[in-house]
Amino acid sequence: MSELITPTLTRKDFVTDQEVRWCPGCGDYAILSAVQKLLPELGIPREEIVFVSGIGCSSRFPYYMNTYGIHSIHGRAPTLATGLNCVRPELQIWVVTGDGDALSIGGNHLLHCLRRNVDLRILLFNNRIYGLTKGQYSPTSRPGHKTKSSPMGSIEQSFNPISVALGAEGTFIARSVDVHAKHLAQVLRRAADHKGTAFVEIYQNCIIFNGSEWDSVTDQATREDSILVLEHGKPMIFGKNRDKGIVLNGLKPQVVQLADVSESDLLVHDEFTPDPTLAWMLSRMEPPDFPSPMGVFRSIQKPTYADQLVGQVEESRAQKGGGDLAALFRRADTWVVGDPVSSNGH
Amino acid sequence: MADIPVEVRLELNPEVLEELESVAIRFAGDSGDGMQVTGTQFTNTSAVFGNDVSTFPDFPAEIRAPAGTLAGVSGFQVNIASKDIYTPGDAPQVLVAMNPAALRANVRDLEPGGTVIVNTDEFTPGNLKKANLESNPIEDGSLDGFKVFEVPLTTLNRNALEGIEGLGNKEKDRCKNFFALGLTFWMYDRPLETSLNWIQQQFAKRPEVAEANIRALKAGYNYGDTAEAFRSRYRVAPATVAEPGLYRKITGNEAAALGFLTAAHRAGKTLFYGSYPITPASDILHQLASYKHFDVRTFQAEDEIAAIGSAIGAAFGGAFALTGTSGPGICLKSEAMNLAIVLELPMVIADIQRGGPSTGLPTKTEQSDLLQVMFGRNGESPIPIVAPCTPADCFTMAIEAFRLAVRATTPVVFLSDGYLANSSEPWRIPVLDDLPTIEVQHRTDPQDFMPYLRDEVTLGRPWVLPGTRGMEHRIGGLGKQDVTGNISYSPEDHDHIVRIRGEKVARLQNTIPEQQVFGPESGDLLVIGWGGTYGALRSAVAAANAQGKSVAHAQIRYLNPFPRNLGAILGRYRKILVAELNLGQLSLLINGRYPIRVNQLNKIEGRPFRISEIKRKIDEVLA
Repeated sequence: MSELITPTLTRKDFVTDQEVRWCPGCGDYAILSAVQKLLPELGIPREEIVFVSGIGCSSRFPYYMNTYGIHSIHGRAPTLATGLNCVRPELQIWVVTGDGDALSIGGNHLLHCLRRNVDLRILLFNNRIYGLTKGQYSPTSRPGHKTKSSPMGSIEQSFNPISVALGAEGTFIARSVDVHAKHLAQVLRRAADHKGTAFVEIYQNCIIFNGSEWDSVTDQATREDSILVLEHGKPMIFGKNRDKGIVLNGLKPQVVQLADVSESDLLVHDEFTPDPTLAWMLSRMEPPDFPSPMGVFRSIQKPTYADQLVGQVEESRAQKGGGDLAALFRRADTWVVGDPVSSNGH
Repeated sequence: MADIPVEVRLELNPEVLEELESVAIRFAGDSGDGMQVTGTQFTNTSAVFGNDVSTFPDFPAEIRAPAGTLAGVSGFQVNIASKDIYTPGDAPQVLVAMNPAALRANVRDLEPGGTVIVNTDEFTPGNLKKANLESNPIEDGSLDGFKVFEVPLTTLNRNALEGIEGLGNKEKDRCKNFFALGLTFWMYDRPLETSLNWIQQQFAKRPEVAEANIRALKAGYNYGDTAEAFRSRYRVAPATVAEPGLYRKITGNEAAALGFLTAAHRAGKTLFYGSYPITPASDILHQLASYKHFDVRTFQAEDEIAAIGSAIGAAFGGAFALTGTSGPGICLKSEAMNLAIVLELPMVIADIQRGGPSTGLPTKTEQSDLLQVMFGRNGESPIPIVAPCTPADCFTMAIEAFRLAVRATTPVVFLSDGYLANSSEPWRIPVLDDLPTIEVQHRTDPQDFMPYLRDEVTLGRPWVLPGTRGMEHRIGGLGKQDVTGNISYSPEDHDHIVRIRGEKVARLQNTIPEQQVFGPESGDLLVIGWGGTYGALRSAVAAANAQGKSVAHAQIRYLNPFPRNLGAILGRYRKILVAELNLGQLSLLINGRYPIRVNQLNKIEGRPFRISEIKRKIDEVLA
């Protein structure tokens, strides 16, 4: 833990001397900018922040952040991050990943990291394509999407990252969009403040290989009809004219015209309920029938992995004392060879 | 400890007919019969009594195969001696067979003229059928070459436990193994105290079970004393050759766990263990998980890759990081091992080898992962390898592994095997202050710091703790420029850094001890081995020396790099014989590195060498 006085940091303090190599127009620039603006506001010394990534365009991220960082191997960032957190729980750890890195090869590790509630934040840049390897489909690509490796259209059902995170018992689950700077900043701030695994899906635009995937949520003409901004305690209202809402019809959500209902009929968002039903329902809402929910789906408190790990260390010490190596060696049936004096100081 | 009257005296018993230098006994029964407990108790008692001991448990892979079948036979062989012994014995002199399947599976290993003690109550038509026996070996003459003791053990045991409240026949039968143990204690004039104390402690919460086991033990002992059939009694005197000191028995896995803990603890470091359960390495996880009060942090990962990934993260964080597995797990870890190699972080990867390839033989020993850990990764990826050669040596080499890892900021492979893991031998308990302390330095001076700025002597890079102000930096798996660590694909940068990583590992030769040789400094034949074959090789070469043959023995414990004097040693013998439990892996390395061609003894049966096999090969090569 740093005992030096923490200077006031600015965005510049988090910029490295490395030339950023993403394609012009790539959504990653916006995310990088948002993170570099956020970190100075957290009041955490720069040296206590670590970025860990896997493989993919997303995973070049650590090189552009002037903190500690590891660019590791495909899908495995959560594993390094977990080990680091176990021994240095005071560090703030960010995992930067993508739809391939986290949901294909890294799927298993993502699930278990969420399940264990390891205290770190996962930023999943979802561009629904494999960018770095030049355009294969990914586990989040829409069925039927034609790519280099699916010339006749993908035959695979796609993952819904929010649903997956909920299934994996995630305690903080959120979504935003790369170019929605203000909203993204708010979501990232919430993620930074969460104790436990904070999972953030970020719709990210791969301009070269899948440039129109997110048009509906980024184009001025359509975005407000395509997005439902989630706010805890507020009724679910969306639309350019804020004239549409969500009600519960039996067990299913339904889009309604506000004119046709009273406000008390509207579904009210609750981030903090331990019951995952609402968050699950929201996670299944997608075009064309529904707007895409954006914001914090769920934010609950559960013991973190490291708190419990260290807790058991402390409990064990309280019970057994601090660990006497010489005594441990002797904890077996022993015997002496030669005279008692020669029992080597035991 | 409750004061239990003991009927036996430790002084020389006038009834003892014969002094033996050593005896090897194999206890065999159903998996549920408690043979491992029996064998362990015989071993512990003998060790405390002062014999040199060496053990070899032989378990089936299945947790509970159908009772009475050949697949379910579990055995435990223990060799006790009044002199130095190095192996559990080529062939047991005594076989205790608790049922027909145990007899069938083990009698072929029994020394001709050896002793068989059978539980006749279990030789029923049903059990004979389960063991695929057409007729009863006790009656059909097939045991004519042995000395057979027929004991109605189940009946005798039940009679002895008559009247104990709260125990049905099934629970009484579970004490049979202690009856058998008691009988062998009488036969070999062993004191009962150690086992009586163990029973009291183990079953403290169930006094009726403790009482039953104690009665069974004593009943077995008394049966030997009173039954007419048992006239032969033997004594194996305490060994006199051991170095004075305080001793305990230890298995290889126990020693490894203690060694890793010791390395970290004495360096003032947290030990982090990331692991996924796999036979025969799982015990290390269990043991380290019980050391939380030493601030050992164990992480049971979701798979082998997460296990090593977590260790890499922990190493980055500044802990002494360890991951442990067996052969199949090393396969899965190979990509991450390479990441650790290019991140140049200190950590230890333990491979407790077993029969392969693929799932192979989980509970059988082999040493066929050497080439895998040496080469089984993409690119030029050198990694130091250490290989303990006895159970107690696992302690020493565990510390060595961390010492080399820290010195050269590199992962190091600790290569053990199932035989070492589960076998036991006496261990002279070290005095803490006599043990090496690994010096660790974490750079804190940002002036002129660069992530891959190498130490002139070791070529290791700085191990910087995240959280250190002014030293923020990023490292990764992409090709890089040396010193700066910046990503680079240039031909010169790649060539340079690949070579310097190799040089870094090679320079460890300057710090590892020279190779020791047992026997003549030069001569006709040098027998070379590595890992758990030490005992068999040493015994065979010692026997050859006693016959006047010019044979020496070298057990190599540093497999990469080799000790700096190995080449010179090889040149001093007319012939070299490499004996290993694989089809020639060390042989390949030696043939490739040195201008010689070795003779080979290769065995790939899932079991250790017999001393006789080595002796035979020595004679063949010398001829």
